[in-house]
Amino acid sequence: MKQTFAIGIGGAAGQGVATPGDIFAKIFSRRGLNLNAYNAYQSIIRGGHTFLTIRTGPEKVTNMGDRIDLFIPLNQDSMDRHLKLLTAGAACIYNADTIKSGAAGDGVQLCPLPVSELADITRNKVAQNTLAIGAGLHMMGIGFAALEEVLREQFKKKGDAVVAENIGVARAGYDYAAAHFTAFANPLPKTENKYAILSGNVAMAMGGAAAGVKFYCAYPMSPSTGVLHWMAAHARKAGIMVRQVEDEIGVINMAIGAAQAGVRAMCATSGGGFALMSEGLGMSAMIETPVVVINCQRAGPSTGVPTKTEQGDLWQMLGAAFGDYPRIIAAPLDIGDCFKLIPELFNLADRFQCPGLVLCDLLLSEGRLSVHPNDLDFSPPIYRGELITTANGNGAHSAASTNGGYKRYKITDSGVSPRAVPGVPGHIHTVATDEHQEDGVLISDEFTNPIKRRAMMEKRMRKVAGIEAAVPPPVLSGPPNADVTLIGWGSTKGVVEEACELLSEQGISANQLQIRWLVPLHGEAILEILRGSRHTIIVENNYSGQFARYLRSETSFVPSGHIRKYDGEPFMPHHIVDAVKEQLAGSTKLSVPMHEIMV
Amino acid sequence: MATSVQRANQLTMAELKGKVDPDWCPGCGDFGVLAALQKALVELQIPTHNVVTISGIGCSSNLPGYINTYGMHTLHGRALAVATGLKLANHELTVVVTGGDGDGFGIGGNHFVHSMRRNVDLLYIVMDNQIYGLTTGQTSPTSRVGMKTKSMPFGNIEAPVNPISLALAAGATFIARGFSGEQKHLTELIKQGIEHKGFSFLDVFSPCVTYNLDNTYQWFRPRVKKLEDDSAYDAGDWTAAMEKSLLWGEEIPIGKFFERTDVSTLHGAEPVLNEGPLVHRELRVPPDAARSFIEELM
Repeated sequence: MKQTFAIGIGGAAGQGVATPGDIFAKIFSRRGLNLNAYNAYQSIIRGGHTFLTIRTGPEKVTNMGDRIDLFIPLNQDSMDRHLKLLTAGAACIYNADTIKSGAAGDGVQLCPLPVSELADITRNKVAQNTLAIGAGLHMMGIGFAALEEVLREQFKKKGDAVVAENIGVARAGYDYAAAHFTAFANPLPKTENKYAILSGNVAMAMGGAAAGVKFYCAYPMSPSTGVLHWMAAHARKAGIMVRQVEDEIGVINMAIGAAQAGVRAMCATSGGGFALMSEGLGMSAMIETPVVVINCQRAGPSTGVPTKTEQGDLWQMLGAAFGDYPRIIAAPLDIGDCFKLIPELFNLADRFQCPGLVLCDLLLSEGRLSVHPNDLDFSPPIYRGELITTANGNGAHSAASTNGGYKRYKITDSGVSPRAVPGVPGHIHTVATDEHQEDGVLISDEFTNPIKRRAMMEKRMRKVAGIEAAVPPPVLSGPPNADVTLIGWGSTKGVVEEACELLSEQGISANQLQIRWLVPLHGEAILEILRGSRHTIIVENNYSGQFARYLRSETSFVPSGHIRKYDGEPFMPHHIVDAVKEQLAGSTKLSVPMHEIMV
Repeated sequence: MATSVQRANQLTMAELKGKVDPDWCPGCGDFGVLAALQKALVELQIPTHNVVTISGIGCSSNLPGYINTYGMHTLHGRALAVATGLKLANHELTVVVTGGDGDGFGIGGNHFVHSMRRNVDLLYIVMDNQIYGLTTGQTSPTSRVGMKTKSMPFGNIEAPVNPISLALAAGATFIARGFSGEQKHLTELIKQGIEHKGFSFLDVFSPCVTYNLDNTYQWFRPRVKKLEDDSAYDAGDWTAAMEKSLLWGEEIPIGKFFERTDVSTLHGAEPVLNEGPLVHRELRVPPDAARSFIEELM
């Protein structure tokens, strides 16, 4: 089993859960450790309950894991909710002045801090947090210098006195732990690696910048707003026009307008906003102007649970906009992939002149992961496809006069027609959401014509074959001939991977088929892979098995069983392990694991 | 509106003719608007490849197909949002948005208000016929109280929107009203609207000869009074404009209600555009910026 260490910090919103989290995360990443952070929070600015889990280790850490090693409750509510999660070897550090511990499990170390004796709480309202960080670090076997460095950065703007005071408080916690608490059995290791820590939202925003996005617009909606925040903060440095728009209908239309002028344009939203964008996606496909739209799924239906995760928008995305039209839908597999996917998707959307859709979710959007800086490549390949422009197009054709013979929707074998942008002489045309003929003239009202209509439908839909050929089929990872094949899509990659490892440690061999490209699906390739599987289980974060139903509709494939979760929280590895075991034992074909953490 | 200073080789009316003839009903007010727009472009001599005509959906929204400029025939109500994105991506283009009252004040009302407060640099021409034509005659946001239509056969009981007052309140920086039956006057307003730097709103009485038998050419002709004929009228006076906008009945003002030139356009206010239109810019993020984005996260 790989060595990991997880910290859980619980408190009310506004109590400063995030700051200790950030401090620990920085210290871990500077030690060359990987980390994954997940914050279970509520849609409330002050109060409620927030539970942040940071899991770290020298090897890749892809999910929150099953175990809390160090628990820091910042209020009584957190103590009452979570102390019972701790098992032998774990510790709980808490403010003994204000919080009463409950009964801890066997082998769990209770570490009460006499906060008012160690710090002047009239001066420092968050002294308990800083003391706990100091104490915790000592117990993890990390030297104080690492904390001092981070605190200096954290409070630099507030002046030397504040820096000194916080370092003093942290030191008091550190020393108190040395004298009174037992350190963890395994001190945290150190490596020579250096990682960046980022959320999926930041990754997608940066991926957009790397892809050459010049126009980004959005309407604020959790959990997608982080993309807007990064874009807005970095717009001037990155040379990106960023606009906040009146609604998501305006967003998609504005993005398409910018794309029509010839720039790469992107927008992000969540399920509700995506619903409003639906008609716009059809326009992108019909006028053949590429745009990239990100949907960060949250728990639906309707307003749903805005701060909780779900993979419940697959069918919305598959069914978005009326009529048949070519498009690409991809689900990033992890936070690093959130970055990498965006330039790939723009290249496809530009090449096939159609919408490119990203189906992300809160787990990735707002989770944080350590990513090696080399995996954040700001010079990815850029292909703009058959674009005719007088402007720079990075590989686009320069304008040639066509003596008035230019046909924007020229019928071609590939279905792709060279695209001229406004401002280019000799290529004047009108694009229309009405059905049109090759030169753009409408065949919807006065000049309806079944032969031309059929030809235009077939022209556009011919792109589907091209897209399929341009996108690789999924591959099976793990041992062949395994006892069980777990099928997941998008954000569950890491947790399914870890469940496979745990299963094999328990004598059950497991392999994994993780789907990144939802459209095109490569159904034949998937069937070929699954033909060799002994027992197949589809794992997904929704109620009705949306991917299972999609796979069945495309391939007639029916799996041996399903593992589903729709309580708003992500899978933990043991949820999948236990469910696989009960299904292999034949006790059920549908497992719905119970989330044990009350958040 | 910022236009390219480059001049066409004697742009003519013939060159501005679209690939097909309009499919509007004979006598439709929209013919007059199309002709006035073409005349204005000829008089301004803006190269056709630097003009983008953008519309929504409706009878009048078919206009981009009938004029030889770049065009976009977008979704019902969304033309202004599309036009905003296009203008921000290439602010050297001259953008003219055209549509009807249902498209602009009904389904597109949200974008109408917000585009005006943003002062997007474009000309928005609404061919206002106070009826839904393409869907064969239903009440529109500008239909008068009492008007009988297929959707309100016993008479409209809802008060109409006042586009001029709304535009004044929302912050449009050029606001005018024309009449399709007054060609020279309308052409002049279109020219002024194109040349104005900022959001130019031009509401045009464009009678529907098929479905609106109340507000006809004959009804409008004796009522419309040109503001330009009143030497005392000051189009820089917002309060006076608001008062004039409320007139309806025996006297209905047309002409330029209001203009101000002291408000920055949206594209002018954004430093990201200081180095020129986005569409001409290098796609790659500068290496030092890319490095700093990653370093922030470490």
